[in-house]
Amino acid sequence: MTDTLTLAKAINLGLQKALADDQKVLLMGEDIATLGGVFRVTEGLVSEFGRNRVIDTPLAESAIVGTAIGLAMRGYRPVCEIQFDGFIFPGFDQITSQLAKLTYRHEGSARFPIVIRVPYGGHIGAVEHHQESPEAYFAHTPGLRVVSPATPQDGYWMIQQAIQSNDPVMFFEPKSRYWQKGEVDRETPPGAFQASRVVRTGTEVTLVGHGAMVSVLLQAADIAAAEGTSIEVIDLRSLSPIDYAPIIASVQKTGRLVVAQEAPGHASVGSEIASTVAERAFYSLEAPVLRVSGFDTPFPPAKLEGIYLPDADRILEAVDRALAY
Amino acid sequence: MSSDAAIQLLTPDGQLVSDDRTSEYLPWIEKLPESRLLDFHRQMVVMRRFDTEAGNLQRQGQLALWIPSIGQEGAQVGSGYAAAPQDHIFPAYREHAVGRIRGLDPMRLIEMLRGLSHGGWVPSETGNFHLYTLVIGSQSLHATGYAMGIALDKLNGNASGASDQDTDAAVLVYYGDGASSQGDVSEAMIFAASYQTPQVFFLQNNHWAISVPVERQSRTPLYLRGTGFGIPSVQIDGNDVLASYAVTSQGLLDARSGRGPRYIEALTYRMGAHTSSDDPSKYRENDEVAYWGARDPITRYEAYLRGKGVGDDFFSEVAEEAEDLAAEVRARTMTLQDPPTTKIFEHVYTDAHPLVDAQRDWLAAYEASFADDAGEGAGR
Ligand SMILES: Cc1ncc(C[n+]2csc(CCOP(=O)(O)OP(=O)(O)O)c2C)c(N)n1
Ligand SMILES: [Mg+2]
Repeated sequence: MTDTLTLAKAINLGLQKALADDQKVLLMGEDIATLGGVFRVTEGLVSEFGRNRVIDTPLAESAIVGTAIGLAMRGYRPVCEIQFDGFIFPGFDQITSQLAKLTYRHEGSARFPIVIRVPYGGHIGAVEHHQESPEAYFAHTPGLRVVSPATPQDGYWMIQQAIQSNDPVMFFEPKSRYWQKGEVDRETPPGAFQASRVVRTGTEVTLVGHGAMVSVLLQAADIAAAEGTSIEVIDLRSLSPIDYAPIIASVQKTGRLVVAQEAPGHASVGSEIASTVAERAFYSLEAPVLRVSGFDTPFPPAKLEGIYLPDADRILEAVDRALAY
Repeated sequence: MSSDAAIQLLTPDGQLVSDDRTSEYLPWIEKLPESRLLDFHRQMVVMRRFDTEAGNLQRQGQLALWIPSIGQEGAQVGSGYAAAPQDHIFPAYREHAVGRIRGLDPMRLIEMLRGLSHGGWVPSETGNFHLYTLVIGSQSLHATGYAMGIALDKLNGNASGASDQDTDAAVLVYYGDGASSQGDVSEAMIFAASYQTPQVFFLQNNHWAISVPVERQSRTPLYLRGTGFGIPSVQIDGNDVLASYAVTSQGLLDARSGRGPRYIEALTYRMGAHTSSDDPSKYRENDEVAYWGARDPITRYEAYLRGKGVGDDFFSEVAEEAEDLAAEVRARTMTLQDPPTTKIFEHVYTDAHPLVDAQRDWLAAYEASFADDAGEGAGR
């Protein structure tokens, strides 16, 4: 059975399935119950599961995450929604100093199966703090798993896999893709939760990205194909851990790698991939690994987002540079 | 929804309330010149018209977002006029009328919500009206820190080098009922009480934090929060511009006089959507909106002024001024240009930064390469 669904609806159905399958699953966050979330990802769930499973919280991110930790100690599997990327920081201490370390400090006697859903990224023309890509902070933090689905199919399945994970999972939802439709097969589970995936095969250059960037990479690959360049595209899907096998295999074939992300480039996920590939596939590389990122500035006013965010042209400029070696 | 605890100087039908509880505050009104009483009305009407126009501009695609404050003019205009010129104001993001009172050109708000800036106004040129803060509650700590600075100036012999007048300043910080749940806001009250800062916390309880009703944030009236932190607290009818003016004036005077912080909960109502992206029909009842509609701050105040003998001429002059501002804002919006791409890299740091500089140069060269390609049919 496959349906054509938006990413928002696919995640909604994944949450619905998780709530139905396991009584211990709870949703909590600002405006998620009555309103169904500002992006309507939790729409309808409070009427189906009630206010004791789908919980509108007071306005306090530190408390949302901190109380989720206590709820997990009590045996629940909380799924927290942070309303926008830029509003995760009031909860940063609870996520990085507490949630990320509690399993370690308990030496395994306690589990913290908490999912933190974060709509993230640009392309929606919003005011400041509403378009950011803070995933690197969390990928940098040991103890957190970090993923980002790029398609409705992944949205539906990965949210369920995240909820089933016994570790905390940061679940970054590319909000500019919420309304894009795709095929969702609700019977056949996809591959492993945190595997990266080749989404387009090619021979000359490898492009790697996650979230909303994947569609930009595919667009760049289309343009390049029309110009006679064959590009392979890999959807990272997981940012911690990173599944390197498909990336290394691809680089061994193409010899060229461009990593792209909306986030600033300095000390980023892209930097990590570049250095790891340089370590593991040095002799396969025909060119340095190149990064295409948001600039190392705060996210600019919305009218400038089209310049700030890497587009297909900027990806192809890097592809040209890689091919010039 | 309304509360017996709330100080009200003007009933919803525009009658002055003189009783034991208001006697403390009425002198603030009695000593106001008539022209200032008229300013209250002018500012409320003009800013409501501005708000409506900005909403129209948003619907017409001229703004990315609009944040309406219709219904909250009484709370904002009264408290805004209560601040002395040297006072510092730390707003949240809905205090458009306060900004205009302090001298902020409303076009700065239009530009911000069109996506041209993150604010960018210069507080020293806008009556010390600081930038909007979109991260809920954060400005409460900045306000407290600023007020600590004012207090420390006195203790340290003005080490910050402020002018004499500025050492007599107080701080007024705005936030919402939703924000009252944030840790930052509680922490701000703790510091304020601990250091007895010269500041007034002005909570606009507009009864909603997007779709979440105030009851989810607090089981007690919010002004009792202030009391719990050891800060003298008052609840007011926030749709009564006179109560807002008088109680804030008293609070700022107390703060300025070294009596420590004060806390005001203004009961008001967000008549419109949270922002242009919101649909309040999903979470609230028409009855409630109608209840508050009948307590409108402008109608009430107009009745009061008419009762004092203010005539039609004034009201039609104000209506004209409101139309003029709306027309001017619309016209100026149509002439707004997108910022240059170099704006992305400006002011990330105060001093030069090699990475930012390199990226700015890279972008310039990259953009120039497109210009070179033009006309040669260079594909992309
Ligand atoms: C830290 C943080 N979390 C969430 C949000 C999203 N958000 C924007 S406004 C708002 C509600 C604020 O309610 P309140 O403080 O009552 O102010 P009002 O909007 O009613 O003026 C929320 C949840 C935010 N801006 N910042
Ligand atoms: Mg509110």
